[in-house]
Amino acid sequence: MRLRIGLIVILTVALATGLAGPATADHTIKIGGQCDRTGATKLVGVEICPGIADYVKLVNKKGGVLGHKLEYTEIEHGYLVDRGVEAYERLKRDGAVAVFDYGTPIVYALTPRHMEDKIPAITPGFGRADSTDGTVWPYIFPMAASYWSQAGAAMEYIKQKGGKRGTKVAYLYFDNPAGREGIPIMEAVAAKEGYQLRLFAVPSPGLEMGPQVIDITRRFKADWVVGHLFGRSPSVSIKELRKAGFPMDHVVSFVWGAGEADIEAAGWDLAQGYLGMQFTSPGRSLPVIQEIIKMFRDEGKEVPAYVGGVYYSRGVLNAAVVVEGIRLAIQNFGLPVTGEKVKKGYELMKNFDLGGFLPPMTVTPTDHEGGGWVRLYQVKGKEWVPATDWYRGYREEVMAQVKKVNDVHKAAAKK
Amino acid sequence: MINRECGVYQTTYQSDMALYPVPLARYASIGSLVVLALIPALLDSHSMALVNLITLAAIGAIGLNILVGYTGQVSLGQGAFMMVGSYAAAIATARYGVPFWLGLPLGGAVAAVVGAFFGIPSLRIKGLYLAIATLAAQFIIEWGINHSTWISGGAQSTIYIPTPTFLGWEINTEFRRYYMILPVAVIAYVAALNLVRTRVGRAFIAVRDRDVAAEIIGVSVFKYKLLAFAVSSFYAGVAGALWTYYLKIANYEHFTLVTSVQYLAMIIIGGLGSVLGSVFGAVFITLLPIVLVYVVEGLASLFGFQYAAIADFLANLRLIIFGALIILFLAIEPEGLYRLWGNVRRYFRLWPYSY
Repeated sequence: MRLRIGLIVILTVALATGLAGPATADHTIKIGGQCDRTGATKLVGVEICPGIADYVKLVNKKGGVLGHKLEYTEIEHGYLVDRGVEAYERLKRDGAVAVFDYGTPIVYALTPRHMEDKIPAITPGFGRADSTDGTVWPYIFPMAASYWSQAGAAMEYIKQKGGKRGTKVAYLYFDNPAGREGIPIMEAVAAKEGYQLRLFAVPSPGLEMGPQVIDITRRFKADWVVGHLFGRSPSVSIKELRKAGFPMDHVVSFVWGAGEADIEAAGWDLAQGYLGMQFTSPGRSLPVIQEIIKMFRDEGKEVPAYVGGVYYSRGVLNAAVVVEGIRLAIQNFGLPVTGEKVKKGYELMKNFDLGGFLPPMTVTPTDHEGGGWVRLYQVKGKEWVPATDWYRGYREEVMAQVKKVNDVHKAAAKK
Repeated sequence: MINRECGVYQTTYQSDMALYPVPLARYASIGSLVVLALIPALLDSHSMALVNLITLAAIGAIGLNILVGYTGQVSLGQGAFMMVGSYAAAIATARYGVPFWLGLPLGGAVAAVVGAFFGIPSLRIKGLYLAIATLAAQFIIEWGINHSTWISGGAQSTIYIPTPTFLGWEINTEFRRYYMILPVAVIAYVAALNLVRTRVGRAFIAVRDRDVAAEIIGVSVFKYKLLAFAVSSFYAGVAGALWTYYLKIANYEHFTLVTSVQYLAMIIIGGLGSVLGSVFGAVFITLLPIVLVYVVEGLASLFGFQYAAIADFLANLRLIIFGALIILFLAIEPEGLYRLWGNVRRYFRLWPYSY
C-alpha cells in the first residue's frame, strides 16, 4: 500500500512539473502558431507549418531578432474549433507575444480573445476582409491581400486583358462565408464596368461541379471564370472546365486554388495556362529561400521537396512578418516585448519586401492588410510562372467596402 | 454515518429509484459540487479553458444521450440544433440586448421547437433510416442559416455579441466563464438524472426497448418521441447558446456535421443510456486529443527527436492512437466508460470480499 501511495505521489509530481513546462532563459521572445496537419486543410498545413518553423530557425541561426532568440511553438489542431481555442489559451499561458491563427472558423472564434488579451494575431489568407481596418480590429492583422482585394485584382486583370461593357464574368465560389466574401467587390466592379456577372455556388464538400460548369460554359457562355474554391475543389474545377473546353488562360483563381498540390491533383497537362493568385513569390530563386536551402545543406540534410512551394512560401511570409513586427517593436519601444508593442511594431512596417519575396508591404493603423498586393502566376510546363508584377485593383471599391462594413460594426458596438 | 452497504438490499421500489441510494452518495454529491466550485483556485487559465470546453461538451452530450441512449432515436443533427440555439441567443443578445441568462433558455426553447419539428420523421422511421433523416436536418438547418441574411447577419454568417455581464460583473476571463457554464451544467445534469426517474423517463425507455409494446401499455409513442427530440434539442440549444456566450461569437462553421458525429462518439464511448456516462464521454473525446499532444511530444523528445523534424508523423500518430484507444475502450467494455466505472466501483464496494 505504501508503495502504491509513493508511486502516486511520484506520478503526480512528475505530471505537475511536466505540465508546468521547462524554465526559460531571459529575453527569449515567444511566438506561437496553430497548424492543421491532419484535418480538412492538411494539404496546406503540411507545407505552411514547416515554412514558419524553418524561417524562425534561420533567424535564430543568424543571431535572432536584434540579438534576441525566438522560441516558436506550433500546436496542431486538426482544423477543430475547440482545439483551436485550447491551442490559443496554451500559447497565451506560455507568454506568446505574437501568434498565427490557422483556419477561418478558428480566426472568427478567437477574434474577441485577441482583443481582450491584447495579443496580435496574423491571419494571412484566413481572416476577415473587414479586419483590414485596424481602428475597429486593433489586434487582427490579415497581413496579405484579403478576399476583397483579391476580387478587385482579378477584375483588374480582366480589364487589362480587354474586359469591356458586356464582358461575361462567372464567379465560381465555395458556398461558405469565406467563399462568399468576394461577392460584394465582384458586384461593385461589375456594376462600375458594365460587366455581366453571374454567381455560381459550389456546395460543400465541393467535389461535384458538373452542373455549374455546364451552366457557365453552355448557358451563360462566360468569357472569364473567377474561381474561389478550397481544398480539393480547385482541382475538380480545373478538370470540369477543361472537359467543357473552357480556355484555361481565362480562369483566374484566388489564393487557395493556386498551389502545386491543386494542379498536381488535376494534372499539370490539363491545367496549362491556368492563372493563380499569390501574395508571396513561390519558387527557389529568391534570396530568402536560398538561405533556407543553404541552412539545410549546412546541416547535411536533404532539402525537402516542398521548400519554395506556394504554401511553404506562405509559411515563410507568416514568420517573416512576425519577425519584422518584433524587430520594429524592440527598436522603437524596447524590451520586454509585449503583445501591445508587437501590434504597434506591425503598424510601423514600411515597404517590407524581403528581397522581392513579398510585395512592398506597408502596414498602418487603418490598413492591416499591408496594401493588398497580389501577383498572378500561370501554369506553364510543370511550374508556376509569373504572369504579372505586384499590382492591386479597384482599391477604392475595396476600401469603400471596408468602411461600409466597419461602419455597421461601429454602430452595433455603440448600441 | 459515512458507510456503504456491501450488497443490494432495497426492499421498496422507492428506495431502488432514489437519487441517493446510500447516505454516502449524498455526501459524495455535495463533495463533488464543492470540488467543482473550487476548481478555478487550482488551475491556470489554460487548464480552465480545457475544463470549460469539457463542461460545454458535457451539456450537449447529456442532451443527445436523452434522445439516443434513453429513447433510442439515433440522431446526427445535434450540431444543427446547437447551431439554432447559438444563433437564437446571438440574435437576441446582439440585436435586442437580451442578457445571457435569458438568452440561454431562449436558445434552448427555439432549438426545442426546431428539434421537435425535425423529429417528426421518427414517428415513421427508425434506426439507421432515422439517422439519415436527421442528417438531412443538419444540412437543411446549416443551409437555411447560411442563406437567410436576417439570421446569419450577412455573408460571413457571423454575429458578434458584447461581453456577457451578470449583475454588473463582466464575464471576460476563463475563470469567470467557468462560473457562467458550471451552474448550467449542474442544472442540466441534475435535471437529466431526475427526468429519467420520472414517468416521462420511463416512457422514453419503454419506447426505446420496443415502441409497439410501449404503445400497448398506454405510452403515447407520438408524444414521447417528439418530447424526446424537444428535450434533447433544448439541451443542444442551451449548449450552443453557451458556446456563443463563451466565444462571444455565433458562427455556423463551429457546428458542422463533424460536431454531430463527435457528440455521437461521446455518448457511445461514455455509455448509452447513462447521464454520468455522457460526462465521461465528453471528457474522453475533448481531452484525449489534447493530452495526446503532450504525451506524444513528450515521448518524442524523450527519445531525442526534434518536434519540427517529425511534426507530420506525430500529428498522424496522435490520430492513430486516438482511434486505437476508442477501439480499445469499446472492446474492453462495449457499454462504455460508465460501465467500466461501475465495474471498478463494484469491485471496491465488495472489497476485500469480492468472491
